[in-house]
Amino acid sequence: MKSTQQLERQLKRHSKAARLESWGRFISFSALLLIVAVVVGIIGFVASKGIATFATNHVSLWDFLTEKTWNPNIKDAHGNPEVGALPMIVGSFLITILSAIVATPFAIGTAVFMNEISPNRGAKILQPVTELLVGIPSVVYGFIGLSVVVPVTRAVFGGSGFGILSGTCVLFVMILPTVTSMSTDALKAVPRYYREASLALGATQWQTIYKVVLRAATPGLMTAVVFGMARAFGEALAVQMVIGNAALMPSSLVAPASTLTSVLTTGIGNTVMGSLQNNALWSLALVLLLMSLVFNLIIRLIGRKGRMQA
Amino acid sequence: MLTSNDVRDDEAMQERHVTQLTDVGEDIILSTHDLHVFYGQHEALFEGDLQFANHKITALIGPSGSGKSTFLRSLNRMNDRIATVTGQIMYRGVDVNQPAIDVYEMRRRVGMVFQRPNPFAKSIYDNIAFALQLRGVTDRHQLDEIVETSLRQAALWDQVKDELNKSALALSGGQAQRLCIARAIAVKPDILLLDEPASALDPVSTSQLEDTLLDLKQKYTIIIVTHNMQQAARISDYTAFFNAGRVLEYDTTSQIFTNPQVKITSDYVSGNFG
Amino acid sequence: MNSKTQNKMAIGALYGIAGFVVLILLALLGYILISGTPQLSWHFLTAPAKAFLKGGGVGVQLFNSFYLLFLAMLISFPIALGAAIYLYEYAKNNWLTTTIRTAIEILSSLPSVVVGLFGFLFFVVKLRLGFSILSGAFALTFFNLPLLTRSIEDSLRTISETQREGGLALGLSRWETVTKVILPAAVPSILTGVILSAGRVFGEAAALIYTAGQSAPALNFMDWNPFNISSPLNPMRPAETLAVHIWKINSEGIMPDAKAISSGSSAVLVLAILIFNFAARYLGKRLYKRLTSA
Repeated sequence: MKSTQQLERQLKRHSKAARLESWGRFISFSALLLIVAVVVGIIGFVASKGIATFATNHVSLWDFLTEKTWNPNIKDAHGNPEVGALPMIVGSFLITILSAIVATPFAIGTAVFMNEISPNRGAKILQPVTELLVGIPSVVYGFIGLSVVVPVTRAVFGGSGFGILSGTCVLFVMILPTVTSMSTDALKAVPRYYREASLALGATQWQTIYKVVLRAATPGLMTAVVFGMARAFGEALAVQMVIGNAALMPSSLVAPASTLTSVLTTGIGNTVMGSLQNNALWSLALVLLLMSLVFNLIIRLIGRKGRMQA
Repeated sequence: MLTSNDVRDDEAMQERHVTQLTDVGEDIILSTHDLHVFYGQHEALFEGDLQFANHKITALIGPSGSGKSTFLRSLNRMNDRIATVTGQIMYRGVDVNQPAIDVYEMRRRVGMVFQRPNPFAKSIYDNIAFALQLRGVTDRHQLDEIVETSLRQAALWDQVKDELNKSALALSGGQAQRLCIARAIAVKPDILLLDEPASALDPVSTSQLEDTLLDLKQKYTIIIVTHNMQQAARISDYTAFFNAGRVLEYDTTSQIFTNPQVKITSDYVSGNFG
Repeated sequence: MNSKTQNKMAIGALYGIAGFVVLILLALLGYILISGTPQLSWHFLTAPAKAFLKGGGVGVQLFNSFYLLFLAMLISFPIALGAAIYLYEYAKNNWLTTTIRTAIEILSSLPSVVVGLFGFLFFVVKLRLGFSILSGAFALTFFNLPLLTRSIEDSLRTISETQREGGLALGLSRWETVTKVILPAAVPSILTGVILSAGRVFGEAAALIYTAGQSAPALNFMDWNPFNISSPLNPMRPAETLAVHIWKINSEGIMPDAKAISSGSSAVLVLAILIFNFAARYLGKRLYKRLTSA
C-alpha cells in the first residue's frame, strides 16, 4: 500500500516535461497572437486615419467615391475640398481588369501546355523560369516598363507613353508568372484518371483538356486569376513608374493617369500628418485595404464552392 | 479453469468469456475498468475490462476496426488529443486515467512501439540517448552503457556497434524497429505496448523480433496488438479477442487457440471469420 | 470542322501561347542581365552613390539591403516559427483557429504599400523611430510574417505524424518532441522556405520607402559601433535599399547615368534572387542528405 502511495505521488508530480509543455504552448501562442495583433493594428490604424476625412473633415463619402477632381489643396466653389477619388479608383480597376484579361489566356494556356501537352519541357524549362520570375522584385518590372514599354508606346501611339496601357503591359508581365504557376497547381490537382477516362471514351486531347480538365480545375484557375488581380490592384511602385501620375479621369489608354497606389506613393511624403490632404490619402489607403479584403473574400468563396462541387 | 461468463446487456446479446486473472493467481500490473473510448460522437470502444499479468506477454487480436489498437493506445494515453477516454486504468494500484496524472511521467513507465518503425532523424546513438539527456542523464559513460544495454536487449548491438553515429534513417525496416524497441526500453519502462510492431517487416525480421520479445519478457510486461494469429500463438501467454469494440474472450493463449469458448472467437482463430 | 482538325489547331495554338510566354519571360530575364551585367564592377558594387554626377555606385544601398534583410529575418523568424508551431502542433480545429488563419491570410494579401504606410504611421511617426533601419525592418517583418509562417507550417507538415508519436511515447512533452525531434528533421525544408522568403524581402521596395527612407547617408565602414551615426550597424539611420534606389532614381532622375545605374542595380537584384533560389534548393538537398545518411 505504501508503495502505491509513493507511486501515486511520483505520477502526480508536475514533471519537467509538463512545465516545458506549458511554457512552449505559451510562447508559441504569444507569437501567433503577435501576428494577429499586427493584422488588427494595421486594419485599425488605416481605418481610423482613412475615416478621418469623412468624420473630421466632413467630406461626403459619396463625393469622395464619385467626384472626378482630386485636388485636396483647393476648395471648390462651395468651400468643400476637392477630393474626388474616382479617377484613381477607375485607374486601379482599369489596369487590374485589363491586365487580368490579357494575362489569363496566356497563363492558363501556358499552364495547360506545361501540364498536359509537354510535361517534360514544362518541368525542365517553363516551371523553373516561372518560379524564378514570381520572385523578381516589382521595381525591376517598373524599371523595364520605364525603359522599354513606355518608349515603345510613345513611338507607336504618340504622346508621352505613360498611361494605362503601359501600366497594363507591366502588370501583365508581372502577374503572368504568378497566375501561370498557380494555374499549373490547379491543373495538377485534377486526378489523372479523369483524363484517362475521357481519352478512353475516344475524346481527342483537346476535347479532354477543354471539357474535362479545365472544367474540373475551374475553381483553382479562378483563384489563380483573382490572386493575380489582387496582386495587380495592390502593386504600387511598378505601376507608379509608368502610369504618368496625373490624377485625372483616364481619357484614353495612352494618356497619363493614376491609381490608388501611385497617388499614395507619390503623395504621402509631401503632406502634413493630420491635414486634410494627408487624411484624404489615408482614405485612398483604406479603399485599397478594403479591396484587398474583398479579393480575399472572393478567393474564399471560390474555394468553398469548389469544395462543395468536389 | 475459473471463468466468469457474463452475458452482457441485451443490445449486444453476445456471449463473452473474460477470465479474471486475479482468479488464477496472477500478479496484476495493469487493469482497466469500464473503459470507453469516443472519437467525437462515435464510440470506438464500448467496454474494455482487462487485467494484465506482470512479466507476461498479452496479445490483443481481432479483425480491423475491432478496437484493439484504440484500446492499446488508450493505455498510455496516446489518444488523449483525439479521443475521449472514460473509465479507470489502474497501474500498480494508481488510476492513471485522471487529469491529475502527469502523462509524461506515466509514459516513461508505459512505453510504446508503433506499427511503422519511426526512428528519429538522428544518429543511432542519439535516438536512444537523447530522451535520457533531456531528463538529466548527462554522464557520457552512463549514457554509453544504457545505449549498449538497450541495443543488446533489442538484439541490435552486434549489427550497429561500429556505426552508432550513422543516421538511424539508413537502417533497414527490421533494424529500425529494433532500434525503436531499444529506444523505448532505454527509459526503463515497466510495461511495453506494441502496436502491430511486425506488420511492416519481412518474415525473417519478424521472427527475430519475436525472439527478442520473448527475451524481453524477463524484464518487462508486454502487451502486443497483432493481426498475425500465429504470432500471437507463438509468443503470448494470454490472448484477448476483440470484436466490434468489445472484448469477447480473454484467456490463456493456448485456451483461446485450442478451445475457444465463444463462437466468433473460434471462427476468427480458425480463419472462418465473416 | 471535325474534332481531329480542331484538336490539331487547338494544340498548335497552345504551342504558340506557351512559346510566346517563354519568349516574354526569356526576353525579360535577358534584358535585365544583358543590359545590367556590363555595369557591374567592383567599383559599382562598393562605391557610394552620387546624386548629380556620373559614376556613382550602389555600395551603401547594397549593404543596407543586406542589413535590413538580416534584421527583418532576425525579428520575423522566431515569431513565424512560434506561430507555425502553435498553428500546426497545438491549435484545435475550431472557430478561433479559423479566425486566426483568416487574419494571417489577410496580412499576406495586403498590398505592401499599405504595410509600408502602417509602418510609417506607427514606427516612424508614433514611436518616433524616424526613417530608420529599425522602422524598415519592422515593416519588412510584417510583410514577411504570414508567408514565412505558412512555409514553416508546411515544413512541419512534411514530418510524419509517427515521429511525433515516437517522441510522445518516450514521455516527452509535445513541445520537447517538436523542438528536439520535429524541428531538427524539418531543418532542410524550413531553411529552403527561409531563403526563398529572403529573396522576396530583399527585393521589396514599397514597404520601405516611407519606413527605412529614401536616403542613404555615407557610411564609415571602419566604424562598427552601432551607436555612431555613420556606423553601418546603426539601426537608427535612414537606409535606402537597392530596390528603393532603383525606384528613386527613376522617379526623380537627376542622375545623368540613372539608366545605367538602374540596369546595374536590377541585375544585382535579379542575380541575388537567382542565388537565393539556387542556394535554397542546394542547401535543402545537402542538409537532407546529411540528415538521412551517415
